[in-house]
Parts: sequence; structure tokens; C-alpha cells
Amino acid sequence: MPAGTVMTSTVKASTVKTGTVKTGTVTTGTVNAAKGTADTAAPPTPSDLAERLWTAVIGRDEPAAMALATAAADAGADGETLLLDVVAAVQRRVGHEWAANRIGVAEEHAATAIIDRVVTVLAHRPTPPPSRTRGNVTVACVDGEWHSLPARLLAETLTGRGWRVDFLGAHTPTPHLIAHVHQSNPAAALLSASLPTHLPTAHQAVTAVQSLGIPVMVGGAAFGTDGRYARLLGADAWAPDARGAADRLARGITARHAERRHEIDDLPHLADQEYTFVKSNRTTLVRRCLAALDERGPDTRAYSAAQRERTAEDLAHIVDFLATALYVDEADLFTSFIGWTRDILTARNVPAAGLRLGLDILTEQLRDFPRALGFIRVAIDTLPTAPAHSGPGTA
Amino acid sequence: MSSDKEVVGCARRVPRLVIRTSGTPKTPRDGDVHVGSIWNDAPCPVLVVDADGDVIGSNEGARRLFAHAEEVGEGLTAGGLPHWLARAHHRPHPAAAPQEAVSGTVAGRTFAAHPSRIENGDVVWWLVEDTDLRRAEQELRHERERAALLADVSGALLSSLNLERCAEVTARMAADHLADAAVVVAPAQGRRHALTYAQGGGGITRTVASIDPRTVPGLAEALQGFPPVPARWIDPDDIPDWSVPPGFAGPIGSVIVTPLPGHGVPAGVLILLRASTHRAFTDGEEVFARLFAARAGAALSAARLYAEQASITTTLLRELLPPRLERVHGVEYAGVYRTSQDHERVGGDFYDVHPGADASRETFVVLGDVAGKGLEAAVLTGKIRSVLHALLPLSGDHQQVLVLLNDALMNSHHTRFATLVLASVRRSAGQVLLRLTSAGHLPPLIVRADGRVEEAATGGTLVGALPDVRTRSVDVVLAPGETCLLYTDGITEARGGPLGDDFYGEERLREALRECARMPAEAVVERVQMLAAQWLGGGRHDDMATLAITNPAGGVDGFAVADDREGREPCRREP
Repeated sequence: MPAGTVMTSTVKASTVKTGTVKTGTVTTGTVNAAKGTADTAAPPTPSDLAERLWTAVIGRDEPAAMALATAAADAGADGETLLLDVVAAVQRRVGHEWAANRIGVAEEHAATAIIDRVVTVLAHRPTPPPSRTRGNVTVACVDGEWHSLPARLLAETLTGRGWRVDFLGAHTPTPHLIAHVHQSNPAAALLSASLPTHLPTAHQAVTAVQSLGIPVMVGGAAFGTDGRYARLLGADAWAPDARGAADRLARGITARHAERRHEIDDLPHLADQEYTFVKSNRTTLVRRCLAALDERGPDTRAYSAAQRERTAEDLAHIVDFLATALYVDEADLFTSFIGWTRDILTARNVPAAGLRLGLDILTEQLRDFPRALGFIRVAIDTLPTAPAHSGPGTA
Repeated sequence: MSSDKEVVGCARRVPRLVIRTSGTPKTPRDGDVHVGSIWNDAPCPVLVVDADGDVIGSNEGARRLFAHAEEVGEGLTAGGLPHWLARAHHRPHPAAAPQEAVSGTVAGRTFAAHPSRIENGDVVWWLVEDTDLRRAEQELRHERERAALLADVSGALLSSLNLERCAEVTARMAADHLADAAVVVAPAQGRRHALTYAQGGGGITRTVASIDPRTVPGLAEALQGFPPVPARWIDPDDIPDWSVPPGFAGPIGSVIVTPLPGHGVPAGVLILLRASTHRAFTDGEEVFARLFAARAGAALSAARLYAEQASITTTLLRELLPPRLERVHGVEYAGVYRTSQDHERVGGDFYDVHPGADASRETFVVLGDVAGKGLEAAVLTGKIRSVLHALLPLSGDHQQVLVLLNDALMNSHHTRFATLVLASVRRSAGQVLLRLTSAGHLPPLIVRADGRVEEAATGGTLVGALPDVRTRSVDVVLAPGETCLLYTDGITEARGGPLGDDFYGEERLREALRECARMPAEAVVERVQMLAAQWLGGGRHDDMATLAITNPAGGVDGFAVADDREGREPCRREP
């Protein structure tokens, strides 16, 4: 792949001019990796490719990443394998590295942007026509969901398998989704959500599409590793990954009769109004918790405006996840979020005890809400005891 | 009735008429004489039957009824009873318990036969006619089934505004509930008709075919929708091959052609077919088919209307939608536009990138914000974009462009004004040269490769409000990995955050941009839009537009790729 090597050299030159030592080193690594591809006779395995793509992506070396993907496709690598075993693997690694605090949010975003362009390059390659043509389907992320890559990989996988795919992209407002479904009459709508806090919105979208008589398949981390929230929200199908979704779609999905169904029918526990209260009083809860933190510890009073804002954001996230747990009536959802937050804080050397203090304070604010209290207590039990002077999520 | 007469039987729903009379014979053939005249005058047929099942007495009503039964050839037992009544008569039962009434038909009429036992073991059967009641009950049951079915039909049909789907639902429900197979013939598009076939319990087939409506009697008139034509029977031998669903098994027994009445426009025709092995359509079914057709026609014409409106809207909005941006002459452009209302696609913000004729010529970029939001504001953005397009030959001179635009706006009937940023972009070796002019708009922010964020030193008056326009342009150089971000105040005035009512503000925007050094243009605009959206939570907001001009970190030779994700229009890729 001479073209790729030339380009990579260009990048290296420009990186050296402007960049830091760290990125310069990574870029050099990419050049070597790219040369390695040209020298090796045997086709690289997906994990080899993923390793090289990771190096290019994390070095913000877009041309190298593009060249790598193009070369692999030129060498005859299967399109679906490239998308799902190479590109998706790299994206997962980006997420893990961020969680472990080895890369920052901005690096994560830049990496995702490059991966996105790699997908575009792979998608626009002339491919042999699929063995059979199927109907049309709509793929979209639910409103508020910005992680569009999983849905995008699914859209490309389905295209490769002969479906005509309308990909509506990230954060698709439900009215747009419905207008589109009215016009295109798809065999199914496939909705993606990564963050569990989007489950209430996803539920609304699922019932809205189903009320048109169109079956809905959902997927993404938000629905649980076993798809439990997909079942809870009454989706017609769920798949753990893009391949699973394509297989499931090929078997055919039937819409259930949804004309007389309302969202509340799926979730009778919402009648206690706890979700509604927590959701609509999010700001008040965050303000009161902040004030309580000020009273408990001198630390928060000494915070800079930015630190206070981070703390408020952490509290807001906790309230959001609590509201979602109330929506689906699962303590697990809240506990896993708290566990995840604890790991994120630990990776950033923030004592998780502050998190416990935050939850203790939230308990005091929600005295009249037995379901919410139960969830918080279960989560608190998973955390170490709080010293009196540390706020949640602040270094 | 005298007081010494003892009531010996009590049948439900029967007056206490059976009484013991003196001198009741054991098995007299002339029982009516001896048993008494009370039941003889009863307003219903009455039989007295002995233990062997022989009729030993009957009243006038019973005699007339059974004479009629014999006339119509109904078989009776040797004892003279209908078989159903004989079975009930011989059924063993505890002497103490009252015997249950039984039901059956005689001469096409239905009766509830109530027994009352006389002391000697004979039974008096009172045949209370309930023919009308049963008929009414059956009608009611049918009517309920039809009403439920019509509700289902309406629910299924009204839930969709898609023409194809409505035709499918109509054909499928007709085949499942009205006939063995159904065909929906849509009004002609040119000379061709969309045909939707369905078979009971089977699949749906769609095809578009050039058919001659005159080959099916009544079809041409029904398709025209006027004058109104009733559903009509046609001879199964007369119908052409296309009107039979592919793979329909067996000869056709009966066919009905029913027009689908629309809202002032014909919505098509429904052809119902029944196999010869199945009974023909009844009058009641034909009436029901008409009710079904009325609902299907209404749904189909609503769907047709929606499709037409959607198509008109799409055509009209096409020019107002934000353009898809891509790499031009080695410079990356990316834009994201979010309207203030989720259900709208256009609003008061706009941007355009007009590529230079070749790499040596400047690319002209504009981003702006018209006072107001929604469709009215969008219409004015369309005019401004047209004017600017026409002024492209002069685009090198920002001041002149703005003066001419200002004149155009001042002379139009619009009272709205606009703020905008103009940028002329040209690549020179490794650098990208920008000339930026703000007309009353937020100055662009420059993201340097080392993460510094600078405000472009440009300013000026807005356009469309004052007779004079004064502006100050600035030249900016972007090194590889650097970005110039143009944005509207919808971003900085996004209200929300963890405490609910803070503006996102320029400081947070700058903070976010510090992390965007060396990012691709799409990543910058997506990140800014994402952060602003998350700041908002679910709150109300203004139109929000962002446009990034980036000197790619990867250099000029990068892959030129149109980006699928720009704009809200879905991209469909054919396999």
C-alpha cells in the first residue's frame, strides 16, 4: 500500500511541526505498522487489523486509518468482518480506554470521528451485489442518543446483506422517525440506544412506531446485556449485536397488535408517580444536594465555579439514572451505574466515598419515595463508608 | 283456580298452570278432556307425554305445529315427538329435582320445551316459542362481531398514513374476514394501476400493471368514483386473469366488485373473491362489505392526501434545508443544524458553502441567523441564500456583498433582520487562508492546534435594519489541525445545565473547543452540538447551527468523502 505510506509520512511531518511528542511517537508507530502490512504475505487477522487501526485512530492519524481499511478491503477482507470485528472492536477499545482514564473525552471524540470516516470509506466502496435483495428497513438512534456508531455499523451490515436501509442517524426526534415511517413503510424499524437514561424516550419511540403497525427491534447497551429492558418496553425483537440483529431480521419480525396499548400498560409501577416526581424535580434535587454538601464539608464551599459545576453534573447524572431505574423498576440499573461511576472515579484517583456522601444526601431528599429509597440503599451498600469532607466526583 | 287445588309442578319461566285434577286417567288417549282445559287454551303448544314417550295429549297449537312439521317433511318419533324432545323426555333425572327446559326446532321455528311432571309420571311439555328471540340474539352476536371487526379494521387502517400499507391492510383484512381472496385496485397512475393481492391466511403480493378496467364489469365506473355505483355481483367466468391473486387455488365461485369511496376522490376498488367450494356472499355480507369499503376508502384517501402533502413539503423545503458539506479543495467543512422545534426541519439559522471554481479560487462560506424561528424565518433564510448565491461573483468583497444584501432586505416587505458571518477560504500550501467578516453576528472562534481558542477580531452591523452597513474584516491563517468555528447564538444561549437555568455561554464553548484541536471538522461540530444538547437536557431552545472550517491534521491528500450524516434527510443506500 504505497499510497497509504506516503500519506502517513505527510501526516508525520505535519504532526512533528505542530504536535506533541506523544502523538508524534504514535504516528511513527503507524508508519511502521502500515509498512508491515505491505511486507506480510499472509492476510492479517481481524485482531491484527484492529490493533493497527487502534494505533492510527488514537494517534489522530486519519489518512493512515483510511489507508489501512482500504488496503484490507482491497486485499479481499470480508466487509462485515471489517466493520464488526475490526472497526467495532476499535470503538469498544476507545470506550474502555476512556473509562480507564487513559484517554480524555476529546481524544475519545476525535477517535470516534476518525472511525466514523473509516466506516464511510468502507461503505462507499463498490461491493458485489448481495446474493439476494430484501425489503426496506429504518435504522435510527433514539432522541438524545449521540452514540451513532453502533447503529451505523448495523445499517452498513444490513445493506451488505441486501436490505435497503434508511439510516436516520444519531438523536432522531420521534416526530421525524414517525414521519419517515409513514412515508417509507419499512418491514421493521430498528432503534438503537446506548445510555440507559434514554430508555423512557426509547419506550415512547417504540410504542409510537408500533402504533403504526410497524414492528420494532431494539438494540444497544441501554437495553441490557440480556435485552431485559427491550422486553420490558414491549419491543417486538431485540438483538445483542449487529450480526444478531441481521439474523433476527432475516427470520422476520411480526408486529404485535398495539392499537389499544398505552405506554403505562407496560409499566404499571409508574402509577406511584415516583419517576414523574424525580424527573420533574431534577434541578431542585441537584440544588438541594449541593446545598447539603456545602453544609457537610468545607471542601465544596472552597470549590471553583468549574468544580462546583462538575459536582452538580455528577449529581444530575445520579438523579437521571435514579429516575430511569424508577421508570424500569430495576434497582440493578441504578446499582450498576453507581458501580461504573465508582470505577471511573477510582481510575481518576477520586475517592468513591464522596459518591456515598452524595447518595446519603439524596436519601434525605427522597424520604417519601419508598421505591427510590430502596434503590439508593442497595447502591450505597456497594460503596465504602463516606468520610465527612468529600463531594462526589471531584478531584 | 280453587283453593283445594294443589300446585304440583313448577317450571321456570312458565306460569303455575299445571294442577292436579280429579279423575286423571292413567293413559288416556283423550287426555285433553280429562286433564283439563287450562293448558288446552294455553297460548303455546302443549304436549302431554307418557313415560314411554308417546304423546297422549296435545292442544290446538301443538296440533297445528306438528301438522306443519309433517307437511315440511320433518321426521318425528313413533310416539309423535321431535327427536330432540324425545331425547330430553327419556333422559333420566331425579324425581325431586325440577327438570330442565330443552331447546329445539320444529318446522323451522325454535322452541324452549319446559316440562312439568304430573303425579302419574306423565310429563306436560310446554313449547314456548323463542324463534324471534334467538334470531335477535344471533343478529346481536353477528352485529357485535362486525362492530368489533370494523373497530379492528379502523384501528389497523387509521394507524398508518402510508398508501402501500393501507392497501395491504385492506386486502389482508378483506381476505381474512370477507372472502377467500381480495384485490385492491388503486386509481391509475398514468395508465398503470397498483394491484394488491391477498389470500385468507396467506401472503400479500403487490404489483403495478397496465390493466384494462373495462375487462371487469363495473370496474371502470367504480374507479372513476362518480357517478356512485353500488357493489355488484359479477359472473366469475367473466373476470380476467389479473384480478385473481397469483396462486389462488380452485375455481372461483362468486365475485363482488366494491368501490372504495374516498374523500371526494376515488380511492380505488376492492374485488372480493370466494372459491366455489365456499358458499356465496349473502345480502348481509354485502352490506358489511360496503361498510368495510367505506372505512378502507377513507383511510386510503387520507394516506394519499398525506403522501401528496409530504411530497409537496419535501419539494418546497429542499431549497431551505441545510446543505450537505464535504471536503472542498483540501479544506474540511462540516455543519450541524438543529431546529428549535423537533418536528420541524427548517428554521431561522442557515449556512452555505459555495466551492471556488478551482483550488486557486476562494470558497465562499456563509452562516447566519434571521430574527424569529420556524417556517416564516426559514423562508427569509431562503431569500438571503438566493441573494448571496447571485452575488457570488462579488464574494471577494465582503463589504460590497453585505451592502447589496442590506439594500435587498431593506427594499423587501420583510421586517425581519439578519446577522451573518462571511468567510472566504483558500488553501495556500500547508495553510488555509481565511477572510472573515461578521455582520452583527457572534465572531467566529479559532481553535489552534495547541488548544488555544481565539476570537476572530471582526465585527459590524447587522443587515436588513439600517440603511448603512459598516463592517471590519479580519484575515486568519489556519495551520494543519486548526479549525474556525462559525456558530449561532442558539448554542451559547442554550439554557439548562445541572442547575437548570444557566446559559451554556461562550466560556463553556471555548472550554469545549480547547479539546477540539486537531479534530476532524465533523467531530468539532458534533461535539459542540452534543454538549449544547446535553446542557439543554429536555429544555426549549432556539435554532442551533454550527459550521466548522478545518485545515485537516492529516494534510491535503486525505480522502474526499461525502458525509452521510449531514442534514436530517435520511440517506438510503441501495444494495
